[in-house]
Amino acid sequence: MHAVSKSSEPRKTAKMSKSREKNTKRRVVEDDEDQLDLFKENKDEAPQKQVEKDGPSDGEDSDDSDSEESVFSGLEDSGSDSEDSEEDEEDFEEEASSGDENQGEGSSGLKTKQELSFTKKTQGKPQREKLLVKEKTTAGKTVVLKGVAKDNGTVQGEKKSKGQAIPPPQVDEYEHDTSDEEDIRNTVGNVPMEWYQDYPHIGYDLEGKKIFKPIRNKDELDEFLDKMENPDYWRTVHDKMTSTDIRLTDEQISLVHRLQSGQFGDVNFNEYEPYIDFFSGETMIHPVTNRPQDKRSFIPSLIEKEKVSKMVHAIKMGWIKPRKPKESDLQFYDLWAKEDPNAILGRHKMHVPAPKMKLPGHEESYNPPPEYLLTEEERLAWEQQDPEDRKLSFLPQKFSCLRSVPAYSRFIHERFERCLDLYLCPRQRKMRVNVDPEDLIPKLPKPRDLQPFPTIQSLIYRGHSSLVRCISLSPSGQWLASGSDDCTVRLWEVSTGRCMKTVEVGGAVRSIVWNPNPAICLVAVCFNETVVLLNPYLADKLVYNATDQLIASYVEPEEERPQPVQWQVPEIEDSDKGFRLIITHPKSVKQVTWHSKGDYLASVLSDNSNMQVLIHQVSKRRSQNPFRKNKGLVQCVSFHPIRPYFFVASQRCVRVYNLIKQELMKKLMANCKWISSMAIHPGGDNVICGSYDSRLSWFDLDLSTKPYKVLRHHKKALRGVAFHKNYPLFASGSDDGSVIVCHGMVYNDLLQNPLIVPVKVLKGHTLTHNLGVLDVAFHPTQPWVFSSGADATIRLFT
Amino acid sequence: MGGQQQKKYERGSATNYITRNKARKKLSLSLADFRRLCILKGIYPHEPKHKKKVNKGSTAPRTFYLLKDIRFLLHEPIVGKFREYKIFVRKLRKAYGKGEWAGVQRLRENKPSYKLDHVVKERYPTFIDAIRDMDDALSMCFLFSTFARTGKCHVQTIQLCRRLCVEWMNYVIASRSLRKVFLSIKGIYYQADVLGQLVTWLVPYQFAHNHPTDVDYRVMATFTEFYTTLLGFINFRLYHSINLAYPPKLHSKSETELKTEHEEDYAMESESYLEKLSALSATLSRVISAPEDEDAELDHFPAEGEDAEALQVREKQQKGLDAQKRLFEGLKFFLSREVPREPLAFVIRCFGGQVSWDQSLCMGSTYNATDETITHQVVDRPNVDKKYINRYYVQPQWVFDCVNGKMLLPVEDYFPGVTLPPHLSPFMEEKDGDYVPPEKLKLMALQRGEKPEEEPEEEEEEEGDEANADEDYDDDEEEMDNKEVRDEKSLKMIEKQRSQERAVSVMVTPGKVKAENKMRLEYEEKAEEKHLAIMMMKKKEKYLYDKIMFGKRRTVREANKLAAKRKAHDETLKANKKKKGKKD
Repeated sequence: MHAVSKSSEPRKTAKMSKSREKNTKRRVVEDDEDQLDLFKENKDEAPQKQVEKDGPSDGEDSDDSDSEESVFSGLEDSGSDSEDSEEDEEDFEEEASSGDENQGEGSSGLKTKQELSFTKKTQGKPQREKLLVKEKTTAGKTVVLKGVAKDNGTVQGEKKSKGQAIPPPQVDEYEHDTSDEEDIRNTVGNVPMEWYQDYPHIGYDLEGKKIFKPIRNKDELDEFLDKMENPDYWRTVHDKMTSTDIRLTDEQISLVHRLQSGQFGDVNFNEYEPYIDFFSGETMIHPVTNRPQDKRSFIPSLIEKEKVSKMVHAIKMGWIKPRKPKESDLQFYDLWAKEDPNAILGRHKMHVPAPKMKLPGHEESYNPPPEYLLTEEERLAWEQQDPEDRKLSFLPQKFSCLRSVPAYSRFIHERFERCLDLYLCPRQRKMRVNVDPEDLIPKLPKPRDLQPFPTIQSLIYRGHSSLVRCISLSPSGQWLASGSDDCTVRLWEVSTGRCMKTVEVGGAVRSIVWNPNPAICLVAVCFNETVVLLNPYLADKLVYNATDQLIASYVEPEEERPQPVQWQVPEIEDSDKGFRLIITHPKSVKQVTWHSKGDYLASVLSDNSNMQVLIHQVSKRRSQNPFRKNKGLVQCVSFHPIRPYFFVASQRCVRVYNLIKQELMKKLMANCKWISSMAIHPGGDNVICGSYDSRLSWFDLDLSTKPYKVLRHHKKALRGVAFHKNYPLFASGSDDGSVIVCHGMVYNDLLQNPLIVPVKVLKGHTLTHNLGVLDVAFHPTQPWVFSSGADATIRLFT
Repeated sequence: MGGQQQKKYERGSATNYITRNKARKKLSLSLADFRRLCILKGIYPHEPKHKKKVNKGSTAPRTFYLLKDIRFLLHEPIVGKFREYKIFVRKLRKAYGKGEWAGVQRLRENKPSYKLDHVVKERYPTFIDAIRDMDDALSMCFLFSTFARTGKCHVQTIQLCRRLCVEWMNYVIASRSLRKVFLSIKGIYYQADVLGQLVTWLVPYQFAHNHPTDVDYRVMATFTEFYTTLLGFINFRLYHSINLAYPPKLHSKSETELKTEHEEDYAMESESYLEKLSALSATLSRVISAPEDEDAELDHFPAEGEDAEALQVREKQQKGLDAQKRLFEGLKFFLSREVPREPLAFVIRCFGGQVSWDQSLCMGSTYNATDETITHQVVDRPNVDKKYINRYYVQPQWVFDCVNGKMLLPVEDYFPGVTLPPHLSPFMEEKDGDYVPPEKLKLMALQRGEKPEEEPEEEEEEEGDEANADEDYDDDEEEMDNKEVRDEKSLKMIEKQRSQERAVSVMVTPGKVKAENKMRLEYEEKAEEKHLAIMMMKKKEKYLYDKIMFGKRRTVREANKLAAKRKAHDETLKANKKKKGKKD
């Protein structure tokens, strides 16, 4: 409190107080008697000064002085904005007593002296005050205005008294000063002055008389002229309340400038006074205060005593123990003094010790052999790779000497990664396959021991002009029939490669089969929708004549049954070509095959109905459709060589039917996508299927319905497979242009599985239109294999 | 019949494993604490054989720990300490918040700490196990000892690491167990043979580290915490195994020798002893002063047959080893200021050499550059100002190459300013089929005692080249002479061809007897046989076979590539040399 009152004093003198402070001070006055005294003392000084400066205000009560303070504070606050009119009081003062300028100066001089005396006391404060000032400028507008209004009143009072030359000191100051906050020159109060725009007056003075506006309002032109002519224009401020112009004094202007530049309002205030530390650490000879020492400072504290006794008791009872001396951590000793040699590392047998880091190779050297350095392209490739994919985690570099080797930038990274590996990576024991690849190759009997088999290409049968789809050997093995897309059937002599006969037929030959009965000389040829039985006249004369007779000896039955196909005896022209019988089907025929006896003939139609397979009996010229239902697209059919079984290969499986019992016996699942061809082992217990997905499946009918073995020897789709009649051989031809001959031994002993050994890869056909070998056939007696290809040739491998 | 239906995943491998999160919950630890615990205890995830079974049918990627491991962690005292620490941190934060500075002080004094002794013993029940797993510990400690003592980790850790590294190096010197050294671009690899175990560690070059931001130093610090404990115990045991005092003490004789006048210039008093130790120039004091040569002779047992041979081989190896250990004995080295002092001093001392350096470089130098008895001075600058006649000036690589080659290599290749021969990795052991750089072949020849035949070879080559050139020249002349003859010949040929064209193409030509190469035929037959057999392989085996063959082919390809690169390089070198020669 004391300090506050003290500070308020200099402020008054320095004209820097705020109207807010005023309130506090008033409270102070009320509160503190001493202070009031002090204040009054000050008052005694102040009036002297104030008398000189402005007469009526001296002798004012503390309250009144406050009001004056607030006036200046108002000025100060609005120092930067010129629209404020508070200053008019000063102006007024000047107007009133133009002569007392030097008087004012004198007062200011006196005032400054006083200031000096106070500033010393209040060094600590100014900073805070300044802050407060700023606060004021922003916040306390209304307060300021009030202050102004009140001040006006006082000044007016002054004016009056001035008129009387000597103002009576402290006379009826309360008379017109009811409120210390109002500007009493104009009593309208704090209202917008625009309200008086249309009136000739702008308010009322204390006596209730109108204050008239100046007769002539300044218009723009006046303003301009004033601006041009009046040298004091820049320091003139308009007061709206009294509509007068106020000219600022030099002091005021300098104050404004100082405040604008952020300095203290007081010129003589020294911000950098040396700090006087009253309560310093040094022991002074004199006490700071004169207060006698308390009694309690001489008497030992009871509370402390209590505490100490508690501690002593606790120590006695052993509750408090002396602090343990901090053991210096890291005492090393012989940890393995009593080690158990049988201990399991990692406590359990699942423990996988951390693998060691890979040891560096030559390329990591600071001076590696030149071949380990990366070339430009390799370096670029290395940079473009992902860091995980890189084979080396660093770029090999060569330095001419050790001193030029820099630090490795990824050193910490690599160590950190190793740490992560150690505690984050799952560990697993992986058995390293340390297998000699030679051991993986199965031990097979040597092909040399499995002879005979075809090994070399010995003859090429040329003559066809388009791809040769099918070939067939005569039962004697002397002749070879081939059908091609050039709509011809050619008959060749096997041993010389001579084309004996060319028969033109009405379409691309899809299938050609020689009758297996050696007593009959007939070839079944299928093209378009017809199957033609052709007598090639290539046998003993007796044989082919007998064949002709056999066909001619057909006697038509009395009652004709309805037939699914049409049997025709060819015209003379055709019969000259050798045609003996023509069987016309409703749809195009894919394949024909003979029964081993040579009387029955099966044909496959490309149809989606149940009529896909037809069995014809040549001697009776009868045909029948054995299947009632369509069980998938039939690819090929075949007769069992000995028993009355019939094999039907659809896309995915092979069905075996018993023709006598007329029932399905087995369904062989081929494990492939699309069967292309099928062949039956002469023993009848084994079947091979070639498929378009380059697999060859070997079925052992006694073993299972699943393939005994699936061979994937070919690279491309298989087109034809064949068994040899006498030798344990089978061959497969494929689109990759090769014929693979395998040894396929079937044992009579049922316990022994068939032995399959590939023995030869025969190549010769050239690929045309992505097609290679289209059909393969074995010679009936010799270990020779024929293959027909898309390159319009037939090749013999012996 | 009957009984309750078995539920899935209630027995078998599904019950042997536990996911990380479950394990964490079971231990009621935060993830960070769990990780720290795993690091300290050496617990790592396992990859189950049947992941789907263990994962209860799900194929989501999860890390699995062995349930046994986690159960084992449950009664680990460190876990309790972790919890205490957590509480400590909480209390401390509270005290700070309240501004109870006395409380803060008190709490700090009672900060919970733990010891890792039992963990070390548990993880490595025998001493050999510990030595086997030393590689990472050493590398990490050497890295941490090179860190600056600011930020990143505690100064005490760095100091401790440095101390342990120095102790380790002193042990290696005293036991002479260093075997291989390799200067790589990453740092220097050392390999020592400690109690029959090969310990390899990597030391970075002495540079300030560029601390990466994407590295979690807490993880590294936790590892280091364990490794320092481990290394301390190992060092203790190792020192005692060769009767050295631990903590190491300098030999009193050498200590007095080392005493310099201005010790305080080098290091503070508190650090000067460690600095002296780390100078690696003085011998350590022994607990029992033993005679210098205490190498136990191998006892001779009468042996027969193969055993005898094996014994002989072993003896020979032992002899080689002994010779290697004394490689630098009797040699006196002086290190110039520009060479890395510590690695060189370490290596030289490991093989019995004497070493010193400039006094201004480090403390502990025992003799000056002016010493007349110095045999080798290691320099790494192109030319030396003041040369002494009675010593060799070699580049630092010579020392390391000698160690790796187990013999003193000719110094000519390593003179200052000379292009150095490539520095090869001693860790590479080439199997047949691998590429062997010619330098290695040369070194192997040297080791076998063959004399280098470089120069004559080169000469021969040059001569050969010249001869070739002469021949070329001759050929040119001949060509000039023969040109006319040739022209005539060619004319005749053309005429002949034309006449043939005119004649009918049908003609009988005498058949030629094809010379059948039996070997070739046989080879072909065998190849075909193999091919056919491969066709019959099962799918699984075929896959494996293809993989193996692919790998083999790749190694061959890589070796060929390296060889081709080398050849090209040599040729360009030769061409350059020739050009230069011509210019001269």
